Amino acid sequence: MFKKILIANRGEIAVRIIRACRELGIPSVAVYSEVDRASLHVRKADEAYPIGPAAASQSYLNITKLLGVAKLSGADAIHPGYGFLSENARFAKACEEAGIKFIGPSAASMELMGSKTRARQQMNGAGIPLVPGTSQGVQSAKEAEQIAEDIGYPVMLKAAAGGGGKGMRLVQAREELRAALEAAQSEAQRAFGDGEIYVEKAIINPRHIEMQVLADEYGNTVYLGERECSIQRRHQKVLEESPSTVVDPEMRRRMGETAVRVAKAAGYTNAGTVEFLVDQQKNFYFLEMNTRLQVEHPVTELITGLDLVHLQIHIAAGEKLPFTQEEVRLRGHAIECRIYAEDPDNNYFPSPGKITLLLAPSGPGIRRDSGMYEGWTVPVEYDPLLAKLIGYGTDRAQAISRLVRALNEYFVGGIKTNISLFRRILNDPEFHRGNVNTGYLDRLLQTLREPDRRGNAEVAALAAGLFAVLDPASPTAGSTDASGSSAGQNRTTSSWKTAARTDALR
Amino acid sequence: MIYEVNIDGQDYRLELDRVDGLWQCRLDGREIRLDAILARPDVLSVLIDGKAYEVKREHSSTDLHLWVGSARYAARLRDPRSLRNRGYGAADGGGTRRLLAPMPGKIVRILAQEKAEVEAGQGIIVVEAMKMQNEIKSPKKGILQRILVTEGANVNASDVLAIVE
Repeated sequence: MFKKILIANRGEIAVRIIRACRELGIPSVAVYSEVDRASLHVRKADEAYPIGPAAASQSYLNITKLLGVAKLSGADAIHPGYGFLSENARFAKACEEAGIKFIGPSAASMELMGSKTRARQQMNGAGIPLVPGTSQGVQSAKEAEQIAEDIGYPVMLKAAAGGGGKGMRLVQAREELRAALEAAQSEAQRAFGDGEIYVEKAIINPRHIEMQVLADEYGNTVYLGERECSIQRRHQKVLEESPSTVVDPEMRRRMGETAVRVAKAAGYTNAGTVEFLVDQQKNFYFLEMNTRLQVEHPVTELITGLDLVHLQIHIAAGEKLPFTQEEVRLRGHAIECRIYAEDPDNNYFPSPGKITLLLAPSGPGIRRDSGMYEGWTVPVEYDPLLAKLIGYGTDRAQAISRLVRALNEYFVGGIKTNISLFRRILNDPEFHRGNVNTGYLDRLLQTLREPDRRGNAEVAALAAGLFAVLDPASPTAGSTDASGSSAGQNRTTSSWKTAARTDALR
Repeated sequence: MIYEVNIDGQDYRLELDRVDGLWQCRLDGREIRLDAILARPDVLSVLIDGKAYEVKREHSSTDLHLWVGSARYAARLRDPRSLRNRGYGAADGGGTRRLLAPMPGKIVRILAQEKAEVEAGQGIIVVEAMKMQNEIKSPKKGILQRILVTEGANVNASDVLAIVE
């Protein structure tokens, strides 16, 4: 087993991995940029080292600095988390050359899956179902037009190096193709430094369903059930659940076996995710493979009872998978909400800032993976994911009701969060029926929002006065007397002072 | 204790008296007896006729918000006897509205030209922050009088980006 693990990440996922290290008795090493000194992962790790300025390119993406910290601290393995360098084959290679184990797949598998066209070629050869289209970048608009004619409109233009919806365009008809191709090429060039674009048939209102796989270094590969990830905004997942309401045991077996074949065809090891598009007739097509631990891995952990990060570490340390496919049992239902620092009333604009009050939910069936704490200032430089709230139940209805209950307990003050969005989704009849696809959330957001129940304005009026008397050490009570001058510096209210104040009111 | 309270635009006159460990309140003349404790800073537990409410407070230098359950109320509070009557909330600048940067970021695109007619909700400026691009929209229908930033510029929270009249 490893002597020490460096976590090349920040936020909730760094905390998640530190916890796994602690459980396995392995010392953990955190790294942090200038704006992350006070971040939770730095407080939780056994060791922590600075790696430079706030800009990720100079800190969390700086391979030289990360390997330097690994050497300095004596770490013999690196967990990359998700995002940042997690799917960077150069980093995996550099770790290997430095004699440090990269907890993830080989650089070769990552390279193969990093290019969508190469992945399509390889998977086509392995007999994996693909969305009809090309497996090579198009050379000219004329060629693209010919391909689109052959497979039929609408078509989707996609960046070979793509991800997150960048360099992607839906084309309805021939007239739109040329302009869309140029736009996609320049966007892909800017985002990935690679303008290669290929053409696929557009599947209308697909579901996005992915399969978790796990492979050891001895050729044993298993699948751990699917995750329904169709609820997305701007091609970013917002809510994920397992199992999917449309996948029955037979379909799960077929998808799972296909995912295992994908992993084997790529020589894949460690935890990975095979993404599929599913059409309205429940045909599924290979989309891409994510060569890392996913944000939404907790839903799989809850329904399988497995700890994926523990397993990742054991596999990377050269151990065999401790169970077979037949021994994998799925039980119950889990749903994850991604809590972002963004403002639902202002077009989901990011909302960093200081968290002045944090009331966290708990209780039966609730798991919370969080990177925030009260008093912490959410930095502007990084992804606005604050925490993940995951509800588990014996069935979907119970998972939903537990999550709704927990969301009502959750309060994050001082910044805006998207918590209200999840209340809306989880109360939506279409969601309850499982009627979701990748267009679902846009449709929901276009419908008129039911106003929150406003029946408690009088309670708010009473509370405004009560706060001013009972908790005057705050700026907003400043209008009552001179106590406002110490506002914000000393938030602790002396109970003597409060008593004296209330007595004086008689 | 007497307060003038404004909740979501509606004015209330509130009197609070401590009687036998409870609060005797008059809200616009109506008598309400309640029990209230401060559970922790910014969190109040209120019992009115046996009904329980948890009220959370959020405040910045300019705003006060109270949450009852999952509903958020904009609040203003004034002590009529106090000499220092601090106002809360931005004053309405008549027919002129300013577009402010909601957070630090970088201007990536400007979507309208000075002196152009703009609709309420029309995107005017695109700001990139936290890896996301976001449109700052016009708060009203009118003339885009001035644009105070250029593409590529870095802005701080509350910087004025443009003025619509």
